[in-house]
Amino acid sequence: MSIVIDKETKLVVSGLTGREGSFHGLRNKAYGTHLAAGVTPGKGGQDVEGVPVFDSIREAVEREGANTSMIFVPARFAAPAIDEAIESGVETVIAITEGIPVLDMLKTYWKAKEAGVRLIGPNCPGVLSPGKANVGIIPAQFFDPGKIGVVSKSGTLTYQIGNELKQAGEGNSSIVGIGGDPIVGSDFIDILELYEADPETELIVMVGEIGGDAEERAAEFIAGEVTKPVVAYIAGFTAPPGKQMGHAGAIISGSSGTAQAKKEALEARGVRVGESPTETARIAVEVLRG
Amino acid sequence: MDLLEYQGKQLFAAHGIAAPSGEVASSVEDAVAAAERIGYPCAIKAQVLIGGRGKAGGIKIAADRAEAEQHAGAILGMDIRGPHGEGPFRVEQVWVEGGSDIAAEYYASVILDRGEKKLLALVSAKGGMDIEAVAEEDPDALVKEHIDPTRPFTAAEARPIVEAAGLAEDVRDEAAEVLAKLAEVAASEDATLIEVNPLIVTAERQVVALDAKVTIDGNALYRHEGLAELDAESIDDPQEAMAREKGLTYVKLDGNVGILANGAGLCMSTLDVVAQAGGDPANFLDAGGGSKAEAIVDALTVITSDEKVTAILFNIFGGITRCDEIAKGIVEASAQLDLEVPLVVRLDGTNSEQGLEILAAASLPDLHQEKTMLGAARKVVELAGADG
Repeated sequence: MSIVIDKETKLVVSGLTGREGSFHGLRNKAYGTHLAAGVTPGKGGQDVEGVPVFDSIREAVEREGANTSMIFVPARFAAPAIDEAIESGVETVIAITEGIPVLDMLKTYWKAKEAGVRLIGPNCPGVLSPGKANVGIIPAQFFDPGKIGVVSKSGTLTYQIGNELKQAGEGNSSIVGIGGDPIVGSDFIDILELYEADPETELIVMVGEIGGDAEERAAEFIAGEVTKPVVAYIAGFTAPPGKQMGHAGAIISGSSGTAQAKKEALEARGVRVGESPTETARIAVEVLRG
Repeated sequence: MDLLEYQGKQLFAAHGIAAPSGEVASSVEDAVAAAERIGYPCAIKAQVLIGGRGKAGGIKIAADRAEAEQHAGAILGMDIRGPHGEGPFRVEQVWVEGGSDIAAEYYASVILDRGEKKLLALVSAKGGMDIEAVAEEDPDALVKEHIDPTRPFTAAEARPIVEAAGLAEDVRDEAAEVLAKLAEVAASEDATLIEVNPLIVTAERQVVALDAKVTIDGNALYRHEGLAELDAESIDDPQEAMAREKGLTYVKLDGNVGILANGAGLCMSTLDVVAQAGGDPANFLDAGGGSKAEAIVDALTVITSDEKVTAILFNIFGGITRCDEIAKGIVEASAQLDLEVPLVVRLDGTNSEQGLEILAAASLPDLHQEKTMLGAARKVVELAGADG
């Protein structure tokens, strides 16, 4: 097993005819993901290297049985594209696009909730289930199939940790990038819940960063609901308050959202927190092997 | 993007929220002229993006021309630090407004609640002081109510909130109107934080926003032309302005170790690891995904324009970014720029071997390769020397 995506995933990519969308969509296909269709309004009937393109996501669902949508359209058109995906009948929407206005996402978040659709992102690298499927921009070569589930706000930091796990001889059940925006479709808690229920996952690595209180909420959830060991890493100890550190959500406002507060909340709930990505990977391997 | 008080008040005025009118001035002379036009008493208020201005001496009431001159002189050029160590922020502008006759000071705000995925309205009868302290010492005095972000929020819905907060009975309708309008400002201007502290009741029983703290979502600036212009004018740090022009994500810090990494998370992590190794980072610079050689030249131009920088660390884990492109960028930058400081380079991930070969073939002086993030951090700290 794995979470969010697997061999049953039938992917439809919004923005497949664009430069980024075609590059990554076809890369996902080459990895073995079932790329069922692309969607670009007005370009229905065309194809991208043999993958049919439709005018709407609903058509891709009806004609090709697509069950997972990936959003690769520019920021100002992305929220309506996610809304369209939510209403199309797919089960999962993975939004890669960066820079979507946060109040648009607020509305879209509740649309997804009400429709019972799982939304991952936006501003995330996507999801990889090694050996099964890859949806997004995660470079699969740094990850082997295995027992460690990873959930992260950051892309490159995840690649760094995944690569260290691989070098130590361990692999992953899935890698889920939840994104670094203030409002994301799935929080740490949503993904922790999936890993807890996934028989293949034996340990969870959680990678957080400054801003918001998702890590603190996750600490509470872990204490009450997660029986599997969790190892965490938090980035941004040296970030000054009031400055946005790259990601739209990575900002310390007043006294809240600091890395120190997150680390303390996690440690108070028995989660080991690594000082560096390297140490985090080392602790994960040590805990996994008992 | 944070708005200065006077910019926030202008936004309020556009939405029908009462706020004192005034003038902005950047010299003592202009401030005095404004005070003369406005009349006395008037308030002279430092325009900096931080709370706690009053305590720091950045807000003064002038009773006459001599006092206006004295206060404007003291406030302009002052350095103000925030209550959580933010800044310092140099005062370049003051806002001069007519003095208000204050009968009561309240607090009202509408903020984005990231955890609950809703807007949150906060109201208190205890305004005019640090609201975090109120929340801690007397939590019942701060009434919090979530707002459904998918539809407009009305004054009728705001009414029970101001009632629960215990605002004076005769101004509750007006205060509820103001709260509903704050929510309207949030929705229509893409504001993620709107705080009015204090929201005053005047002697004439009018509800007036005496302060304004507004944060606009940077991702939404494309649909707010006027605010986007303010944003472009707001950057006064030369490196940050240069980085913005070149499309780089850069934050200036106080140290001497220049840092470039790819990805926001990895870059933050790199700053932390450098600090753990005893160093003091000079900046945050995320070269982003898929960086090409020119982006590296731009990044090095920005980093080295900070004279405090005595060594630079490149920490790259190539995913979409290809290490050979980064290496080409480093070689190009070395040819174009007069690099006077040592570079420590750690390349891992996609095409790292090709990248390392390119660097070896170029045999650049004062370039040090390290295999691990930790090793690279230690090396750059050693080469940078003490921050001074």
